[in-house]
Amino acid sequence: MNKTTKSNFITYGMVIAAYVIMQILVGTGSVSSLLKGLLVPLCIYVVLALSLNLTVGIMGELSLGHAGFMCVGAFSSAVFSVVTVDTITNVAVRFTLAIIIGAIVAAIFGIILGIPVLRLRGDYLAIVTLAFGEIVKNFINVVYLGIDKNGFHFSMKDSVSLNMEEGSKVIINGAQGITGTPKNATFTIGIVIILISLFVILNLINSRSGRAIMAIRDNRIAAESVGINITKYKLMAFTISASIAGVAGVLYAHNLSTLTALPKNFGYNMSIMILVFVVLGGIGNMRGSIIAAVLLTLLPELLRGLNDYRMLIYAIVLIVMMLFNWSPKAREFRDKYSLKRLFSKKNAQKEEA
Amino acid sequence: MSFISYLINGISLGSIYALIALGYTMVYGIAKMLNFAHGDIIMIGGFTLFVVMNTLGLPPLVAVLIAIAICTALGVIIEKVAYKPLRQASPLAVLITAIGVSYLLQNVALLIFGANTKLFTSVVTVPAISLAEGQINISGETTVTIIASIIIMIGLMLFIKKSKAGQAMLAVSEDKGAAELMGINVNATITLTFAIGSALAAIAGALLCSAYPTLTPYTGAMPGIKAFVAAVFGGIGSIPGAFIGGILLGIIENLSKAYISSQMADAIVFAVLIVVLLVKPTGILGKKINEKV
Repeated sequence: MNKTTKSNFITYGMVIAAYVIMQILVGTGSVSSLLKGLLVPLCIYVVLALSLNLTVGIMGELSLGHAGFMCVGAFSSAVFSVVTVDTITNVAVRFTLAIIIGAIVAAIFGIILGIPVLRLRGDYLAIVTLAFGEIVKNFINVVYLGIDKNGFHFSMKDSVSLNMEEGSKVIINGAQGITGTPKNATFTIGIVIILISLFVILNLINSRSGRAIMAIRDNRIAAESVGINITKYKLMAFTISASIAGVAGVLYAHNLSTLTALPKNFGYNMSIMILVFVVLGGIGNMRGSIIAAVLLTLLPELLRGLNDYRMLIYAIVLIVMMLFNWSPKAREFRDKYSLKRLFSKKNAQKEEA
Repeated sequence: MSFISYLINGISLGSIYALIALGYTMVYGIAKMLNFAHGDIIMIGGFTLFVVMNTLGLPPLVAVLIAIAICTALGVIIEKVAYKPLRQASPLAVLITAIGVSYLLQNVALLIFGANTKLFTSVVTVPAISLAEGQINISGETTVTIIASIIIMIGLMLFIKKSKAGQAMLAVSEDKGAAELMGINVNATITLTFAIGSALAAIAGALLCSAYPTLTPYTGAMPGIKAFVAAVFGGIGSIPGAFIGGILLGIIENLSKAYISSQMADAIVFAVLIVVLLVKPTGILGKKINEKV
């Protein structure tokens, strides 16, 4: 077994171990209801962090629109679930279909946004993805969608102008969003989705395509000159990342009975919060993203008094991490006092003696 | 007639965007970084004015001067502490730091002033103008905003063309290394740019809060992002570009609010950004920069 496979198995093992421990704790009743309610959101954040890490860490581009993809996945799957809640009674089949629909719709949006936008780089890409997220959020708030026996009705004014016959059902009610989504998301499904996302991402990284994507990240011009199709590989990574974020949205939609697009859940604040997970966990390090997402979601909940200061602490963490990683003085300091160096110094002294 | 008053309001809003976009574009042109915290400096300026005018009871003009001083100092401090150590870092690291600074400012303001919306007293004392027998009303804020932004824009252009410090800014934005060899103090020039940008943000904050008299810790975030859109729209790094982009964006936003949908106005503004970047990635007045290996 080589080093990467070993490291990948440690990551899978960590997730499974966490799942088993949590299940035992829940089984013995030693978990508070607060923590129980946090289990599914934890899975959602972990999946989002993995998805964004694919864009930021592996592709090397900053996306501030992941909340937008999440929003798209959430609403498309919630519409599907609300429409089919009476016709498909098998929960497992319906939820699986909902997940697939959420992933596909988010992937389609990823392609639509990616084809034109991936030509841009750096700050421009970040700001355009941010714009995309805001457009999605604004748009969903003015959409009215209803269904009667003649099929779907769509309006952007209000629910009256849908012109529906009797016995109709309003699915998306503008700013009030979608109500009555079945609460199908469970901790087990969340863990399965984390494992699938991990499997997809880790396999992508270690494949030929993944190496091409990382080559583009490290030096675009050199990669182009050895014949790597830049647009194709970037689009591939971006689309996969978008569809995983869409699946996180599906989980989100099916964990709440009312789904609305507020700045709080689908605004760019959400995208930035995911970015904090990725940065703190280590850009490009999937295991780090999982740990950071779990810790940063749990900590403020466990330390209730800290909640007012949570975003402040996030902000400071972001700045300090970046300074610590990049500032020349901090680098010098780290080289001087790093554990590795201290140990090797000791060894060297021993040898001298 | 209503079209004309929408247009005038659009130009007024656009002038505020233009003032913010000028700061964005100058910093981007010289430090090659997107200063995400720029919008929040507007908010700090607004709160400074609020405190100075309401608590200390000083006249508006003095309050504006104090706000400019505080924002300038803040901009310089942020640059020294957070951005200067990252000159050699990857653009992604700098962008994330800027996002961090933006969050820091918002949350400090949130802890100090709370999340409640504050009612802001206008700093403008100019009376409203009524044209065409009362069919078009132009508020004093609108007049002052448009005139102030035109004066500032001309002043800035003259400063860059005529003064030594302005020429140094141009040189640093063209080629940092060569500028340093010619004896220009690059670090001082970058600091000066941040100082000017932040001072403009303070003025923009005073005008923004006078025209839309509510103040929360998140007041600056959206105008900040839209001003960046305006800067990109006009061609980032170009000062006339930022001005034109800002005015156009204000007009587009106000007209779509009036004629299409008030909820969709933001979405339309962002959609325009995406379209502009696709058709002309360098913006209206931007220069194309060829990349070398």
